[in-house]
Amino acid sequence: MPARFHVATRKGLFTVERGAARWSIARTHFLGDNCTLVLHDPRDGGLIAALDHGHFGVKLHHSRDQGATWKEIAAPAYPPKPEGYVPKMPAQGLPAEWSLKLVWALAAGGAKEPGVLWCGTQPGGLFRSEDGGESWSLNRALWDDPRREEWMGGGADSPGIHSICVDPRDAKHVVIAVSCGGVWGTRDGGRSWAIAGRGLRAEFMPPERQFDQNVQDVHLVVQCKAQPDAIWAQHHNGIFRSGDAGETFTEISGVKPSVFGFAVAVHPREPGTAWFVPAIKDEKRYPVDGRLVVTRTRDAGRSFDILSHGLPQEQAYDLVYRHALDVDATGDRLAFGSTTGSLWVSDDAGDSWQTVSLNLPPVYAVRFEKDG
Amino acid sequence: MPIVRFTQNIQRHVACPTREVAGITVRSVLEAYFADNAQARGYVLDDQGSLRKHMAAFIDGQQIRDRERLSDEVAPKAVVDVVQALSGG
Repeated sequence: MPARFHVATRKGLFTVERGAARWSIARTHFLGDNCTLVLHDPRDGGLIAALDHGHFGVKLHHSRDQGATWKEIAAPAYPPKPEGYVPKMPAQGLPAEWSLKLVWALAAGGAKEPGVLWCGTQPGGLFRSEDGGESWSLNRALWDDPRREEWMGGGADSPGIHSICVDPRDAKHVVIAVSCGGVWGTRDGGRSWAIAGRGLRAEFMPPERQFDQNVQDVHLVVQCKAQPDAIWAQHHNGIFRSGDAGETFTEISGVKPSVFGFAVAVHPREPGTAWFVPAIKDEKRYPVDGRLVVTRTRDAGRSFDILSHGLPQEQAYDLVYRHALDVDATGDRLAFGSTTGSLWVSDDAGDSWQTVSLNLPPVYAVRFEKDG
Repeated sequence: MPIVRFTQNIQRHVACPTREVAGITVRSVLEAYFADNAQARGYVLDDQGSLRKHMAAFIDGQQIRDRERLSDEVAPKAVVDVVQALSGG
């Protein structure tokens, strides 16, 4: 597998490759367009780019040739809202919208499920395709669960599904995370869903609701490929770890310089190794003291390294969004991009960082190419 | 038959040439147009069939009133313009 990753930004999609001496931008796609997410499908090497054209709506494009050519494919579409629909349990006193606002998660199905894709969206619908994105179906089991109507937007106007973890051992086992709606899981490919995430704590809620599983503002969950029961969560409230596929979580507190952030990456083979990019909690959202660092644990959260070699250590105001940090299939290479258009890559598990660019548009997502 | 014209900005995403199409409401005129250009539909209408939030439609220079059902009547020789709603700065 070549050393290559893709960067989705406010003004296009960028492909970054490792040359003899350094990493550099090799190709650009959709320049000027708002590319909010990218998926590299490890099963066939295909790329899917999500574009938000604003006036013209959210679109998906698929490439089978490393981005040399692209073809527009279907975007998930919500079914018609029933006439006279009145939500039974509306959060924030508002009925949920039934119209695609944002593609917020894209995941390939299992290795033995060619063509299966999952897509998480705002305002909270989970979609599945069985034909590589040519068509999509709303997962009604989750959408029709009355608890779904209680989900709230976490910063955005609408709630959304931003994390989808397909179990490498059993593709019918899927764990998703919602901002704000906690962690949910299915063991039957989406026919039924159960809310998980016991132990997640929302400090900002009234005391009697702080451990309510359905209000949790999980920013991202990621799953260890080799040990899929190991799941890490970067939550609005801090860092949490699960050893039972998200059923229960343990809060990890006291991490310096901050437990707040959006992004998390887990080592593909070492379930106790994970990386975070902290920021000041929680409204200000820039690196503590203007020093950009990555934190890394190698012992399941008992201790953390603060990694800063190669990163700006003064007057840095880079925030890293939830999908903008990734680790490659070896666990040695990481890359992340920031809201101020900076992009860094590490070849030594985060010990040191190389600047790829300080002049990109705001970065939404970074995704390494990985084998299936 | 009514004439339908689209903003220049949509053309780089999906070709939308000016055409004469049959119809007596904005809905029927646009659906007649999209019958031969299905890709354009999702650029103009959302997944509930309403005019996208940041799009606007005019009949002979008058902005339509019904953005959801698109029930405004269209005269046989009317011109329907579909453009971006320019809001903000």
